[in-house]
Amino acid sequence: MLSAQSLALIDREVAKYPADQKRSAVMGALRIALEERRSTGETPEARCLNQEVIEFVANYLEIPPVAAYEVATFYNMYDMKPVGKYKITVCTNLPCALRGGVNAAEYISHKLGIAIGETSSDGMYTLLEGECMGACGDAPVLLVNNHSMCSFMTSEAIDKKLAELK
Amino acid sequence: MLEIEIDGKKLTVPQGSTVMDAAHSVGTYIPHFCYHKKLSIAANCRMCLVEVEKAPKPLPACATPVTDGMKVHTHSDMAKKAQAGVMEFLLINHPLDCPICDQGGECQLQDLAVGYGNSASRYQEEKRVVVGKDMGPLVSAEEMSRCIHCTRCVRFTEEIGGFQEIGMANRSEFSEILPFLGKTVDSEISGNVIDLCPVGALTSKPFRYSTRAWELSRRKSVSPHDGLGANLIVQVKGNQVMRVLPLENEEINECWIADRDRFSYEGLNSAERLQKPMIKHDGKWHEADWQTALEYVVKGLNGVSRDHGKDAIGVLASPHSTTEELFLAQKLARSFGVNNVDYRLRRSDFRADAAQQGALWLGSSIVDLASAKSVLVVGSTQRQEQPLLASRLRQAVKKGSELNVIHVADDALLTKLNAKLIVSPLALVNALAQVLKAVVAIKSGESAIDLAAVSVSAEAQRIAESLCGAESASVVLGNVAQHHPAFSELLSLAQEIARLSGARFGVLAEAANSVGAELVGAVPTRGVFGAAVSAGLDAQQMIAAPRKAYVLLNSEVEFDSYNPQAAVAAMKSAETVIALTAFKAEGLLDYADVLLPIAPFSETAGSFVNMEGRLQTFNGVVRPLGEARPAWKVLRVLGNMLGISGFEYTSVEEVRAEWQGKGDIAPSLNNVLASVSANVQPAATALVRVGEVPLYQADAICRRASSLQATRAAAVPVAHAAQSVLDAAGVQSGAVVVLKQGDGQVRVALEADATLPAGVVRLATAHPTTIALGGMFDPIEIKQG
Repeated sequence: MLSAQSLALIDREVAKYPADQKRSAVMGALRIALEERRSTGETPEARCLNQEVIEFVANYLEIPPVAAYEVATFYNMYDMKPVGKYKITVCTNLPCALRGGVNAAEYISHKLGIAIGETSSDGMYTLLEGECMGACGDAPVLLVNNHSMCSFMTSEAIDKKLAELK
Repeated sequence: MLEIEIDGKKLTVPQGSTVMDAAHSVGTYIPHFCYHKKLSIAANCRMCLVEVEKAPKPLPACATPVTDGMKVHTHSDMAKKAQAGVMEFLLINHPLDCPICDQGGECQLQDLAVGYGNSASRYQEEKRVVVGKDMGPLVSAEEMSRCIHCTRCVRFTEEIGGFQEIGMANRSEFSEILPFLGKTVDSEISGNVIDLCPVGALTSKPFRYSTRAWELSRRKSVSPHDGLGANLIVQVKGNQVMRVLPLENEEINECWIADRDRFSYEGLNSAERLQKPMIKHDGKWHEADWQTALEYVVKGLNGVSRDHGKDAIGVLASPHSTTEELFLAQKLARSFGVNNVDYRLRRSDFRADAAQQGALWLGSSIVDLASAKSVLVVGSTQRQEQPLLASRLRQAVKKGSELNVIHVADDALLTKLNAKLIVSPLALVNALAQVLKAVVAIKSGESAIDLAAVSVSAEAQRIAESLCGAESASVVLGNVAQHHPAFSELLSLAQEIARLSGARFGVLAEAANSVGAELVGAVPTRGVFGAAVSAGLDAQQMIAAPRKAYVLLNSEVEFDSYNPQAAVAAMKSAETVIALTAFKAEGLLDYADVLLPIAPFSETAGSFVNMEGRLQTFNGVVRPLGEARPAWKVLRVLGNMLGISGFEYTSVEEVRAEWQGKGDIAPSLNNVLASVSANVQPAATALVRVGEVPLYQADAICRRASSLQATRAAAVPVAHAAQSVLDAAGVQSGAVVVLKQGDGQVRVALEADATLPAGVVRLATAHPTTIALGGMFDPIEIKQG
């Protein structure tokens, strides 16, 4: 189900906790599983977590599948729905909104031709609204694929960024 | 000890108590939903908010530890306002569909809303809707919008059930309770979540919408299934059992019951119930009146005894019968001159009979077993044989007890094991002997059993160290050990281990009244309370050397016997088979000649003696169905008609007084054998069967409980074996093969199973698809399908 490389990474997570508390590694393990699916998945459906992957991770950690499912559905960075190759999350919380966050989201929406929460028909982009990313001073901010944070996203900066994300 | 004042009442409580504990100890009720005394503290419903002096805000009583000098007000303005506020929030998303809700009338939310809420709602907006879930045939989760997210069900499956089968997915407004996608809730004690659910979200699938809670009368009873003797509340309407709930008894079942206890009542109302006596003439069954049927029975018994002698008659009684029934059955048989009486149909080794000095029992109370610091369970498919006891042992492990297992399969016990030895049934004696040898070495003792041929494995050493090192320890033999062809040797070894290590030892009684049957002499070698009797044949001998007539009390030999093949053949060869039964069973219709309808436990007064030797009496909760009669009355009339004196009882209490008058229970319980012996040679390697009784095939009632039969545990059995066995037979996992024992064979899929030792094929017995086979732990052959 997962590559040897991912399993090695999960083993590293597991090693951080006492041997009889493997369940502590569930967040890291799900993150690694999602990362592998995002980087190898060819379609939006193959880039998100699904029942089989969650069950695999749970069995690997020797915890009940529903316990891993609880975690996967609790945190919104675990993609449980089909997602584009580039998941763009724009912060629209109040401080960002005051400094153009909403405008940035609308600009991207217009540019990609998708509404917030949608995935483009070619499966390249998913646009989401996000909660505070702790960088209000850099607003507007957006997050690409959970990991890469982009600050001061004016329309020009967005054009440049989208040009990179091909 | 800490001092606390609750609503002006001063009391002292031990360190670590919560405000909720303290309030309960003085009888002050604090409203709550998520709190449950047997579950961990979640403090997520917030209903138990109380005012604590010097605290700025109300605090949850269930999660607030008592501090010295604390002053708590449960009914102050602050507390009342907090409780009313919480109630308003809980009701925001609750559908308020009480009139069509199955929980209506016995709903904690309904009751507390009346007691602590406001009379009208201020909430005008839309309520959230949660789609129903499929949790299997027992628990209904159709109306999950009613859920208030107390997570009692989640905590129950995780903490008591041992495996978290239910979880709470998503968060905040989108949270919902669900089993893992596509899975059902399969725990053998899952029905308890219905009792735990404080609202109508989880309800009983077989019971729902059949009647209203206030139309039911509550009657006490005792579970007729496993040897635990769980206390029940049987709820009745219109002379029909509608539902079964647990009756709390901390010493036996705590506040739980197994699904078998809870849902088996459907069997009592099944269409297969025998309502009139029936007689077979020329291969056809005819209904008859009682007089005719009893005359037929008397004629048959007299005929066989005249033509072939009294020894040609055998009595096979089920240990699910009441003590009074078993007492009368053996009294009738022996007074008539028949010494062949036995209740141990699934036993295959009777060599211990000669050395037995009392009734076999648990060897301690259930509470003592659960609080022992070290327990060794030998040959027990625990979760199938004793679902509640298995759960109790899991709780014991959490409290620091060491659980050791010697078994024929590495079953998931959902708990941490100190040590385990998983061996073929042929090596079971040797495995236990290893432990004995290690105990002998640790204690520098001596054993009467020759252990020279035994080499101690590391796991056996660990088991021995655990037993010898613990301040209290128990060795118990489960059903697999009791049905095993070397039971007497296993019992001998357990006795020696117990003697040397200071542990207690005993057997986990297979059925509700196994101990009762031992006590009242439903065995061929001992009479009531061990009175001397002229010995008769045991169950195995009665089958091996077929009798001319059999009297069956609650027995269906094709499901209840060690070797169904031989048992059915013996029945078919008999001149007459007289069955006292509550059910028109297919097997009985085939081989019996007369069926006398008797009342199951719900329709007769009686008693069971559970595994710890506790006598529990009960009354019938409904009238007998149709023309069925309590078996004690049938046996009494048979006694009269056979012209035997001493059968002039007018009530079941008289019968009970008679057997009780012959001795006391406690001194008659004794597992110690007068002499011990065991052949501890490592066994020859051969392919043997591991044929346990499936969870819901153990007795006649649960075999006919339709909802239990729809569970995964009741699925048609599939054979399992280690990969090495499959390789040796040259079959792929999942292939259909022919399994052969004696003259019988069955076609069944054979799957690889890493939890089984080499040399074993595991295929359940006591199932319609496998009764063509032979002994439960006898050799078996695999042939290509």
